[in-house]
Amino acid sequence: MKDVPHDPRDRGGPRQPLLSVNRLIKHFPVNKGLLGRSKTVVRAVDGVDFDLLKGETLGIVGESGCGKSTTARLLMHLIPPDHGEIVFDGESVGHDLPLPDYRRQVQMVFQDSYASLNPRLTIEDSIAFAPRVHGVPRREALGRAHDLLARVGLEPSRFAGRYPHELSGGQRQRINIARALALEPRLVILDEAVSALDKSVEAQVLNLLLDLKEAFGLTYIFISHDLNVVRFMADRVMVMYLGKVAEIGSAQQVFAQPSHPYSAALLASMPAMDPDARTETAPLYGDPPNPINPPSGCRFHTRCGSVASVCSQVEPALEDAASGQRVACLMRQPGSGHPAAMPALEVA
Amino acid sequence: MNDAAPMIDIRDLTVTFTGGRKPVHAVNGVTLSVQRGEVVALLGESGSGKSVTLRSLLNMHPKHRSRLNGSVIAAGQDVLKLSGRALADYRGRVASMIFQEPLLALDPVYTVGAQIVEAIRRHEKATLAVAQARALALLQKVRIPSPERRLQAFPHEMSGGMRQRAMIALALACNPQILLADEPTTALDATVQIQILLLLRELQRELGLTVILVTHDIGVAVEVADRVAVMYAGRIVETGPVREIIRNPRHPYTQGLLASRAHDAMSGARLDAIPGAPPDLAALPPGCAFAPRCRFSAAACLAEAPGSVAVGPQHSARCLRLAELAAA
Repeated sequence: MKDVPHDPRDRGGPRQPLLSVNRLIKHFPVNKGLLGRSKTVVRAVDGVDFDLLKGETLGIVGESGCGKSTTARLLMHLIPPDHGEIVFDGESVGHDLPLPDYRRQVQMVFQDSYASLNPRLTIEDSIAFAPRVHGVPRREALGRAHDLLARVGLEPSRFAGRYPHELSGGQRQRINIARALALEPRLVILDEAVSALDKSVEAQVLNLLLDLKEAFGLTYIFISHDLNVVRFMADRVMVMYLGKVAEIGSAQQVFAQPSHPYSAALLASMPAMDPDARTETAPLYGDPPNPINPPSGCRFHTRCGSVASVCSQVEPALEDAASGQRVACLMRQPGSGHPAAMPALEVA
Repeated sequence: MNDAAPMIDIRDLTVTFTGGRKPVHAVNGVTLSVQRGEVVALLGESGSGKSVTLRSLLNMHPKHRSRLNGSVIAAGQDVLKLSGRALADYRGRVASMIFQEPLLALDPVYTVGAQIVEAIRRHEKATLAVAQARALALLQKVRIPSPERRLQAFPHEMSGGMRQRAMIALALACNPQILLADEPTTALDATVQIQILLLLRELQRELGLTVILVTHDIGVAVEVADRVAVMYAGRIVETGPVREIIRNPRHPYTQGLLASRAHDAMSGARLDAIPGAPPDLAALPPGCAFAPRCRFSAAACLAEAPGSVAVGPQHSARCLRLAELAAA
């Protein structure tokens, strides 16, 4: 882990995770029945645990419906979780740490750069808005907005007075990044922040994110469906499938040696960049199942190539695997009953 | 039509949209010929003119808001001159298209089966029973599970991947010779995208289709295309066999695109990004449109638009400084 510049807000020291997420659950009701009693729920996030270390970038990958964006919104408390606890640098969010104080330290950048800016505010007012809400005087907030504009590569004298519709997608996303930094957060959640950008502009914004991370000692959660981008940005990667964590580990390890069959299939689905080594067979068939009625046991068992009878009955817990990742797969858990698993250790 | 003539022959195509305050020059002289059975990928960023070029092949631009010049010949027919019934006969029978978002392209109030049957009966004298049997065979061909049941399904009842398969079945309903695909996998998840790409590749081989595929993703082009045409600001700046484009790109824009990918980059290093942003199509510079962003641009680049120069077998690029850059 790289050295993080000392931050007076740092409580537990570099070893204490910046964020600890315990058993996070969010179910959305659908098909409200008679008298508003909901009949079914979308199990969007169904028991997610992870730690985020100070100064790292955690990539979250998975297909649509896997709960990666819901996780991001839960972390920001944009939607309240049904269950679970978020601990920020040792303090339980909403209990020890009031929400306004938490949100000052955690900010977010969204995919749609246009929808996330107020069309009736100038760029400088958008960036200065949050600091002013938090009590910074107008003049000071605007001065800081200009500094931030320069930091994200936009000439303040040219851009400060413009409106969002006058800018390109790449410029608007730079504004959103500047706005996220206006409160001097410690954690920035980037939810598909570069996905809507053209490739040539995407590279510029990725470079900017790396520069800002170094300059401000930031920690990132980087959510993307683009595995190439995640491999480039992330120190550790979390793979999600239907509201659960399938695997979490160092990016190098997960990309080189995925331990969960889903991670392996996801990586093998990336288009080849070599015309002489094109993909010959699709790693998976069909679409991800519906999170309204997820499969029993291991949620991946309906599409898994290594499925055994036990997989539909037993839900695998996220456990340490031999390779250093944490994996939720019965094959990696001794004594699970899966034919490919090692026998349980004898207890003397 | 003799066999040696290209299946698709686009010459000096320009498309200008005149609906807004200022005319937008979306396509500025595209020349492209595609042989029978060949798969060509049009690769470019948003606003590069790739989709507009593709749509010209079905003569889809609204007449009163667009100005087209040049010629588009597909399977011996002069597409830009077609209209009315002749155009309707051509669409779907000679060339058909699959779109990025099947939920928008399919009709929400008819079942998938009804839409395929309608297309077949519009173009051929087939009885309802025959058309229904063909629709079933098509769903089997694109490997939709339990096809009998899916014929009766409405588009919203299907998953994204299944809808795109249904869209492909509809496009192939009247055995067209030309398949046009506009970002067919962009809206799909990674594990579904690769299935659709493999399906397209297989159908192309089996039916001998001539395919033009529009994509912004080099990886998608590499998976299915024989040849790649890289577009920038309404022009094809480089075209060549897919191996050549990947391993030996000659135009600075193609080089920049490949170099800026996060694909093999070292984690934590900086990407070799192309500076600036794509140009405004309503106010294009007189010279090479890429010159303002190009690290190799010289004074001459700003003066005139470069012509196409052959740099290898089937490989050409539009750049004034090709020779100097190759020598350097």
